[in-house]
Amino acid sequence: MFPVTNVVVAGLGGQGVLRGTDILAAVALGAGYDVKRSEVKGMSQRGGSVTGEVRFGERVLSPMVPAGEADFLLALEPTQVEPNRHLLRANGVLITPEAVLIETLPHKRTLNVALLGALSAHLPLARELWLESLRTNFEAGFFEANQKAFEVGRQSQAHARESIGHGHEKH
Amino acid sequence: MKSAIQEGLVSTVIENTKRMLLSGDEAIALAARDAGIALGTGYPGTPSTEILEAFSRSGGRAQWCPNEKVALEVAIGAAFGGARVFATMKHVGLNVASDPFFTGAYTGVSGALVVVSADDPGMASSQNEQDDRRYAVAPGVPMLEPADSQEAYDFMLSAIEISERWKLLVLLRVTTLVCHSYSVVQPDEKQLPAPPASFEREIKSRVMIPAHARLAHRKLRQKLDQIQAWNETSPLNQVVAGSKLLGIITSGVSFMHTREAAPEASVLKLGLTYPLPRKQIADFVKSVVRCVVIEEGDPYLVDAIRASGIQVEAKPEMYRFGELDVARVRRILNYDLTPEPVKLPGKPPQLCDACQYRIVFNSLRERDCIVAGDIGCYTLGVLQPFEAIDTCVCMGASLGVGLGLRHVLPSDQARRVVSVTGDGTFVHSGISGLIEMVYNPPASGHVLIVLDNSTTAMAGHQEHPGTGRKLNHQPTNKLVLEDLIHAVGIRRVFIVEPRAESNEFDQILSECLATNELSVIIARRPCILIAKQLKQYEKAACQAAPPPVARAVTPRVAEIPTSL
Repeated sequence: MFPVTNVVVAGLGGQGVLRGTDILAAVALGAGYDVKRSEVKGMSQRGGSVTGEVRFGERVLSPMVPAGEADFLLALEPTQVEPNRHLLRANGVLITPEAVLIETLPHKRTLNVALLGALSAHLPLARELWLESLRTNFEAGFFEANQKAFEVGRQSQAHARESIGHGHEKH
Repeated sequence: MKSAIQEGLVSTVIENTKRMLLSGDEAIALAARDAGIALGTGYPGTPSTEILEAFSRSGGRAQWCPNEKVALEVAIGAAFGGARVFATMKHVGLNVASDPFFTGAYTGVSGALVVVSADDPGMASSQNEQDDRRYAVAPGVPMLEPADSQEAYDFMLSAIEISERWKLLVLLRVTTLVCHSYSVVQPDEKQLPAPPASFEREIKSRVMIPAHARLAHRKLRQKLDQIQAWNETSPLNQVVAGSKLLGIITSGVSFMHTREAAPEASVLKLGLTYPLPRKQIADFVKSVVRCVVIEEGDPYLVDAIRASGIQVEAKPEMYRFGELDVARVRRILNYDLTPEPVKLPGKPPQLCDACQYRIVFNSLRERDCIVAGDIGCYTLGVLQPFEAIDTCVCMGASLGVGLGLRHVLPSDQARRVVSVTGDGTFVHSGISGLIEMVYNPPASGHVLIVLDNSTTAMAGHQEHPGTGRKLNHQPTNKLVLEDLIHAVGIRRVFIVEPRAESNEFDQILSECLATNELSVIIARRPCILIAKQLKQYEKAACQAAPPPVARAVTPRVAEIPTSL
């Protein structure tokens, strides 16, 4: 079938897991892909686990990432790595708060954006689409901090970007 | 945290192609708006809640009703008046609305009426995983099952058209994954102008005395035959050409899992799943060597197809429980009966740290009460460290179940029985139980605790008649719970705010347990999660309306009578 990129974002209620998947889904949609996004949030308001999934490609079928087929797992909370590890494929990429220098983040609430920045280094999605999505998904006042967090994350994966190259970016 | 779309931001709309990323719920709401729906009614319940909320935000007229029965009755009334309406509820909500639903199938409508049932296979947040496709068969209601957000949009429009064409209630049946997952929707450019509402007398159709009902039943079955014939070639069903070695019959989101799990197979995707296109199904089965039915939940399709004498493979019983996904569909197709991998549990939800209900449950646990519980945030009192709920069946059951226990248990146990319900749940279906309490009082009396946090919390902080605000948070007439409780004849009504530094609640509970009288304790404090919004609503209400006439303030703690 058509190749699909699968991204899982996991954390606890209140950490911005679903906002993170909103942002990513908007970028993929803007790049012209078919996109599906699903979430397991049941009772996240009471501090329970939250998982968001984004699948994008030419045509996406099931909204849920099959186990062992996630290309990327972003875990905002260390305790949520193990419960979700089975989703990640053998050579999938795990991105955790350790990947980014938390101390350099403008605010700890921008962690979700920072991890998205790290993710962006691995995906052929134009940086401009990411910034546009950050602009429209938050109030204007937060853009500067979010952009900074995004760049911190993106730069932390500089080695990965080199291997993708710029020619594959979709606008 | 709400999504960008839910907050009205339009980050995902591209102007010229109008591709939007919407949840199934949002797509249904958009279709309702585009079809000129005059009124949407319902009761909050995951995964249906966002439909009315999105419809309201887009300018539609949406209202929460006290419960789903009332919601459907209001919708039926509006549809009798020639309007286009819809009613939304979760799967168990249709149980509550089933009385008007069944007879509504006989009466039919003048305008259009779509009932949206949002099922929860796997029980992400429900007390059972009943398969509401059965609700199409029993009364005889045409049913559509969308597979993603685009179909949720398209099928909502089709459901309205079918309802209007045949003057019947129509069921739009969705599941959690369709409701809550987001996928691309390109809405219809043209919108269906809605005919104006007007009353036409049709006594034989609308008044179901036996003489009329006998005619209505036959008329219903004739219409269903016509719809079945139409369904044989309707665009709502589609065949995906593939290998003749494997054919799969499926519906709803299972179609998506199926296409990914078995891309080579021929697939008959059913969209209008009652009445079924039996001839098309038979033709499809004949055209393939092996035919498997892939459906989530109950073997509804399998049983219906086999009842027509057509041989098809069903999924093994172990796959009846929970949602399907790509992996499970692969297993079914491979005859895999080995134990499925066990998912590590996520961090379970619990009562917020500062929730006042913690105090209540601590007290109930310490007094070793037998607690008939109910459905809401407070159901979390069943978990550690409280383990203070003994029963929870359905909305409002806390009243009846508690009374039933009181009626039969020996005295030393009976006097420890307490019913616990929430403000929203109480209004939904606790009032009848309260009347039962007064009408058939147990010898040992009874204690009802109403946990009043001024909201329908667990479903996402929706309003209800006790909050005094409508769905869109505008002020309306307020149902004062203590007034109602007094009015049905209960003398001992206490209003107390549970506070950590005080044992006032525990004192009152102790005194109520000690008497043979009927007592109601209203534990009242607004939910901490919406404290800020509540202040805003109150401020807006004060600015909008003149100050209320002063009335006698109910004492915080009612006087304990000196004689029992």
